[in-house]
Amino acid sequence: MPNLPKRSALKEWHVIGFALFLLFIILMMLSGQKTGVGQNFSWDQFFDLWIKMSNPDWSYLPAILNPIAQTIQMALVGTLIGGVAAIPVALLAASNIVKSKIVRGLVRFVMNLTRSLPEMLLAALFVAVVGIGAFSGVCALAVFSFGMVFKLLYEAIETIDEGPIDAMRAAGANSIQVIAFAVFPQVFNQFLSFFLYTLEINVRASTVLGYLGAGGIGLYLNTTLELFRYDRTAVVILSILVVVVIVDTISNQLREALA
Amino acid sequence: MIKKKSLWQQSQPWVITIVVVGIFLWGFSGIPLNGIKSTAGQVLGSILNGLFHPDWSYVYSGDGEDLITALLETLAIAFLGTFISAILAVPLAFWAAKTTRKFFSPKSATGKLLLTVIRVFPELVLAIMFTKAVGPGAYAGVLALGFHSVGMMGKLFSEAIENIDRGPNEAIAAAGGSALDGLTMATFPAVLPEFMNYTLYRFEISVRSASILGIVGAGGVGAPLIFALSTRSWPRVGIILIGIVVMVTAIDFISGQIRKRLV
Repeated sequence: MPNLPKRSALKEWHVIGFALFLLFIILMMLSGQKTGVGQNFSWDQFFDLWIKMSNPDWSYLPAILNPIAQTIQMALVGTLIGGVAAIPVALLAASNIVKSKIVRGLVRFVMNLTRSLPEMLLAALFVAVVGIGAFSGVCALAVFSFGMVFKLLYEAIETIDEGPIDAMRAAGANSIQVIAFAVFPQVFNQFLSFFLYTLEINVRASTVLGYLGAGGIGLYLNTTLELFRYDRTAVVILSILVVVVIVDTISNQLREALA
Repeated sequence: MIKKKSLWQQSQPWVITIVVVGIFLWGFSGIPLNGIKSTAGQVLGSILNGLFHPDWSYVYSGDGEDLITALLETLAIAFLGTFISAILAVPLAFWAAKTTRKFFSPKSATGKLLLTVIRVFPELVLAIMFTKAVGPGAYAGVLALGFHSVGMMGKLFSEAIENIDRGPNEAIAAAGGSALDGLTMATFPAVLPEFMNYTLYRFEISVRSASILGIVGAGGVGAPLIFALSTRSWPRVGIILIGIVVMVTAIDFISGQIRKRLV
């Protein structure tokens, strides 16, 4: 009779798996306790909101067309500034361009810290610094895009074909020439794709940035809610949805064409 | 023989350039560049000063009004919102996945439409709606994050289902297994690592989102931050920012390590 491999009791009874599962359940329950999940869900209030919102006040639409346009403008400008600024920094963080580990590590560390702040938080900070208005929104979006494009781009640069770089170096090219003729052509399409992806995210984000006073349609979300004009809130939300879907569709088409 | 380019082919790069430049010029035209407050430099200075001299006494005070409590609440919101909706997203993902070779599948199309509708609602809008239903607090945040996560994870999961190898499924069917056998023995083992990977990825995003939900009163660390910003107590802003950065970085690191082992 062949010797069957014996499993230790630990593995036989899946102790680690069960322990992890138990830990997971306990964490769930603790979180539930912490957040007070399971209190009364007031369906009356919730349906009341929906009923009021189901009769949108369409006469409000002309008043919000301008802020909607501003929302898209903010997203465009913020993405452009952040995306372009990210290119040189991404080159500094790529291991096949910069050989010094210290420089790379430092750049990545600083950028990771920047990336850990969500857009709304940045907006809250910029509203405090530069004041209420679209400019603070643009600043927040630019910083966010900077971090986002940076990460996607340096990872893309690290996966390019090394052949052209070696060939350029062997022919005596300096690093600017290597970047311009060996790196840039390989990542340009990907860069455009990341740019569009960031733009999509920024359009979504910029629709709510105004809630903090950072310009765009979000301000109207705040005012209509505070005045309990839910019929107008519905118009605002619907217009946000339309903008997001349109921008997403265009951007997806373009990205598919780029790929 | 060299083929001559048509007029459209010749002018295409120029047309694209002009359109793109035009779009961005229009974009810049809507942004007031003179809207910077004269005190901007001073405020920035005080924020930086606050970052370097944070209010350490706020980290833990024991009365439940401190940073640790707020951060734990943020984590709890993200945890519940992500993992409960991960389970809810599975059936929706199977609904939305296109598993037949037909050009149009009504099952998949309706499922995808539903997921899109769920996804386009910004989390903050959802949070505002749910605060009306359950009152301000972390519960509203959990509901808002959960609802949004279902849409996103449903989409990612359904793509994972569409991309698996159909071979094992067909083998089970050929050996006389039922559809349920195929699901439990071929489909689930193939998609489960992907599901967990996406869930952890979503958890990372949720932690970030949960830290801002407090702006609309839906719990988490956002509320004390907004309060500290409006009362201009910069050392407190500093310590809260440091807390958020540390929490997000730590979660990203842990989740990244687990994800590396999954795939």
